[in-house]
Amino acid sequence: MSTLQITDLHVSVDTEDGPKQILKGVTLTIDDGETHAIMGPNGSGKSTLAYSIAGHPKYTVTGGSVTLDGEDVLAMSVDERARAGLFLAMQYPVEVPGVSVSNFLRTAKTAIDGEAPKLRHWVKDVNKALQDLNLDPSFGTRSVNEGFSGGEKKRHEIAQLELLDPKVAILDETDSGLDIDALKVVSDGVNRFRAKEGKGVLLITHYTRILRYITPDRVHVFVDGKIADQGGPELADQLEAEGYDKYLTKV
Amino acid sequence: MLETKKIESHLNPTGSFDLADHPVPTGREEIWRFTPLKRLRGLHAEAEFAAPTSATEWNTPAGVRIEVVEGDEARALRGVSGLVPNTRFAARVLAEVPSTLLVDVPAEADVSEPIHVRVQGQDAGSAEAAHVVLRFGAHSRSVVVLDHSGHASLAQVVEVVAGDGAQVSVVSLQDWSDDAVHLTHHEASVGRDATYKHVAISFGGDVVRMDSNVHYAGPGGSAELLGLYFADEGQHIEHRLFADHNEPRTKSNVVYKGALQGQGAHTVWVGNVLIRQVAEGIETYEENRNLVLTDGCQADSVPNLEIETGEIEGAGHASATGRFDDEQLFYLRARGIAEAEARRLVVHGFFNDLIRKIGVASLEEKLMATVEDELSKNVLKDVTGDVTEVGV
Repeated sequence: MSTLQITDLHVSVDTEDGPKQILKGVTLTIDDGETHAIMGPNGSGKSTLAYSIAGHPKYTVTGGSVTLDGEDVLAMSVDERARAGLFLAMQYPVEVPGVSVSNFLRTAKTAIDGEAPKLRHWVKDVNKALQDLNLDPSFGTRSVNEGFSGGEKKRHEIAQLELLDPKVAILDETDSGLDIDALKVVSDGVNRFRAKEGKGVLLITHYTRILRYITPDRVHVFVDGKIADQGGPELADQLEAEGYDKYLTKV
Repeated sequence: MLETKKIESHLNPTGSFDLADHPVPTGREEIWRFTPLKRLRGLHAEAEFAAPTSATEWNTPAGVRIEVVEGDEARALRGVSGLVPNTRFAARVLAEVPSTLLVDVPAEADVSEPIHVRVQGQDAGSAEAAHVVLRFGAHSRSVVVLDHSGHASLAQVVEVVAGDGAQVSVVSLQDWSDDAVHLTHHEASVGRDATYKHVAISFGGDVVRMDSNVHYAGPGGSAELLGLYFADEGQHIEHRLFADHNEPRTKSNVVYKGALQGQGAHTVWVGNVLIRQVAEGIETYEENRNLVLTDGCQADSVPNLEIETGEIEGAGHASATGRFDDEQLFYLRARGIAEAEARRLVVHGFFNDLIRKIGVASLEEKLMATVEDELSKNVLKDVTGDVTEVGV
């Protein structure tokens, strides 16, 4: 079972002109095994939502709550959130020079599980995860995200998703910058994750095309730090046809 | 009326073997302005060089001559790299030292076993001078490690002659005890199409200052100057580089990385590159990165690039000094890795990159262990567990 419950979340970010409110009351529940898509124009606060849930220090929660299976996520440190079962696939994965992918994956797995993975199985699991995402086995010896192409970075994020096996995955524009082949490979990875029992997905995207490969249970339209509309997968089709204009003019 | 006076280059003072041309530095000179002269025990000035108390030992791979030479042979080796001293201490070392440690690798010798010279200082209260000559014949290939530890007040000149086409690595490890003072000048002459790698690794000592200079004896030579340093509380570690592109189509690549922790830890990196008018088609790049781990540290980083010709392939430099990158830490922590462990990974990674470039397997493990020791002193003292590499 895994339920991510976001209630009336208010988040601000520090700017030169003082704190600026980005999220203005977001309420959203991802129930056991559900996939929700959040769509919205640039600057609507989609990424802020993702980073706030993960605990990025840049963002200050000024109100509301986030719970995972009833546990208070906002009271946890960044790494505690991950160990509690949250995973954020980042839009811009960060380079960590000199730290090999294999060392990074093993250190993360050890941290999440509380014990080092059995080496023999682990090597096999890593090779399979890389292979499934069309990443060469030599990928393990490269420094984390350093010199990766845009597509490699995103595929590496999804390989981590599969290996670390969280309860709820937040995918922040994982589809942006991917060509059609890479998009399929990444979508397949996300779908393998979703096929497991009780996994939640919060899929943040600017475009509808990834939703052709990953069918959401619910679609939320995000405008100006709030959910402006929600519905089933058909809402995505409507957005594709009409764009965000009607929501923007309302603001 | 003001008298106009000829200004001499402070960056690269004119050299001379004559001690009279080298007044005792006051600390106002460009090349001495960062160095704490008061802590040098007179090595820069008038300290009397006593008979060496340091114990020096080495292994001798087949075909290599390693010997302490004296008399005419030693005298003939002074300045053999083309070095004309530009500091008083280097001039004094060459004028006064009675003997020279010579490592002579004959032409075309392919020496697979690293030549490991261990200098074990015994007494920091007694000033010592040392002259080391590493002479590599044409098309030879070898690795020399100069490994300094113990207690010493040492003024040293290391001259390297890399013959045409030679492939040479020289690693100088400064792993001194806390009371050591070490002033050293490394001068390398890189032959036509030769490849020279110089690695400076400075961890220990009260004051360590190394000038590592390179010039070329013919076109097509290539120099890679790598450095790794870790300054603790009160330590002064200074590295000055000079790549003198005096021949066409030569290359230099400088990468120095340092970490600082503790009150009064001070590091200095000065990277001078001169591209002379004749040096067309050269490539040069220099980079210095410093990771500041605690409050109270100071990292000075000064790249200088002087270009006298427009016909160059590439010239660039980068310098960055900073604390932990919050985005890196966030990324690692967002994968469940606890903060202290994430910090350790980042520091390991910071040095790992460089350690992998050294290319001396026996040293790499030792260096990672030394980095680990340094880290455990301070920022990471609460962390346990291991982060060793496992290939997948």
